[in-house]
Amino acid sequence: MIKVTDLHKSFGATEVLKGIDAEIKEQEVLCVIGPSGSGKSTFLRCINLLEEITAGDIVIDGESLMDPKIDINELRSQVGMVFQHFNLFPHMTVLNNVTLGPMKVKGISEKDAEKLSLDLLEKVGLSDKAYVYPGSLSGGQKQRVAIARALAMSPKVMLFDEPTSALDPELVGDVLGAMKDLANEGMTMVVVTHEMGFAREMGDRVLFMDEGKIMEEGRPEDIFDNPQHKRTQEFLSKLL
Amino acid sequence: MIENFTEIFTSPHWVNTLPFILKGLQLTLIVTFVGVFFGFILGSIFGLARLSKSKVIYGIATVYIEVVRGTPILVQALFLYFAVSDFFGINFTALTAGIIAIAINAGAYIAEIVRGGVEGIDKGQAEAGRSVGLSSTQTMRYIIWPQAFKRMIPPLGNQFIISLKDTSIFAVISLGEVTYLMRQYVGTTAETFVPYIMLCLAYLIITIPSMVFLRRIERRLDV
Repeated sequence: MIKVTDLHKSFGATEVLKGIDAEIKEQEVLCVIGPSGSGKSTFLRCINLLEEITAGDIVIDGESLMDPKIDINELRSQVGMVFQHFNLFPHMTVLNNVTLGPMKVKGISEKDAEKLSLDLLEKVGLSDKAYVYPGSLSGGQKQRVAIARALAMSPKVMLFDEPTSALDPELVGDVLGAMKDLANEGMTMVVVTHEMGFAREMGDRVLFMDEGKIMEEGRPEDIFDNPQHKRTQEFLSKLL
Repeated sequence: MIENFTEIFTSPHWVNTLPFILKGLQLTLIVTFVGVFFGFILGSIFGLARLSKSKVIYGIATVYIEVVRGTPILVQALFLYFAVSDFFGINFTALTAGIIAIAINAGAYIAEIVRGGVEGIDKGQAEAGRSVGLSSTQTMRYIIWPQAFKRMIPPLGNQFIISLKDTSIFAVISLGEVTYLMRQYVGTTAETFVPYIMLCLAYLIITIPSMVFLRRIERRLDV
């Protein structure tokens, strides 16, 4: 459902992505791993155009992101994004964080948006936090609200940008649990992560990126147990 | 000297200036409130323009802000009341000229307050808004502006106090605000000391509670 062709991204003179080709199939969980600075977050951010694409193309459901006539807001509403630092709206209650998108982008009535949002908050185990402000939540709770916020737009695909990297270790499990539920429901997911356990267990496919390129890709058991590329071997051996 | 002191306490001017103070202060407050109100609108527009990617919009805003901040408000008031009205043949009342001068002057400073407030909001907020599908205008309206505005309150309060004091220069265009009336009082009675003390007190009675109030808000916003 997403096809990336020869994607290049430069910041000024620095080329961060040097030709990425990838395909993400419907209901697939694709995990992207690699050392920091390898361009994996930039790759993810290109998929919902948070970064402008320098060259190449990304096609989502037959629509090219390079098409000048594309409605970026419409596209983004179909691509959910979860950030490393949650980026919840601190001046709104948890519930309003979730209802904002459905109400303002889709024009859903407040009543329906609240019902939808309360259901989603229940799903991530936070229905009791609906009326508090994000400031009083733990990191793990914040990230689960962020997941509910993204899900409220009924996206076709969910992007996760290191969703557990800013969390205390004991809070990682809750967030990964919510992500597993989502994967089991058949959500198409692209997950940039350092959680190798999650990638191994939940990933249908793993991409290993380094220096702006995809070095290796394959099923998790192949990548983790039998990496072919030297850089993959080095990276994985450092994690042990 | 000592005679003077005893005279001060028994001076009739404490009471005699009061009606002028009250009357003048009314006009001072009207010019300040209305001027700063429009200054906030101007400042919001030009402050956001300073954040524009368009070089033309950015340029226009920058010229406005730098010209106003680089000239004294006294000169701005004279220019507006005498030069502009002469040249375009518009007859401002002193009140209109005063309000416009405060609005234009405060607007330039408020534009920088607005720019700073908006720039101070983490980029992730805008990214989160956009990734939900909000347009850039919606993101500004529902996510960035409410958070930025909260941060703008203390400097906006400061600007209010500065503008309040700035209205005193409109005595030169015969706007009957409190400084003008007190100068007239001094002119007719030839008494200086007590009337000018009263004038200082007139400003302080507004500025000091404002500052206390502001500090309280600031503390509350910090938490």
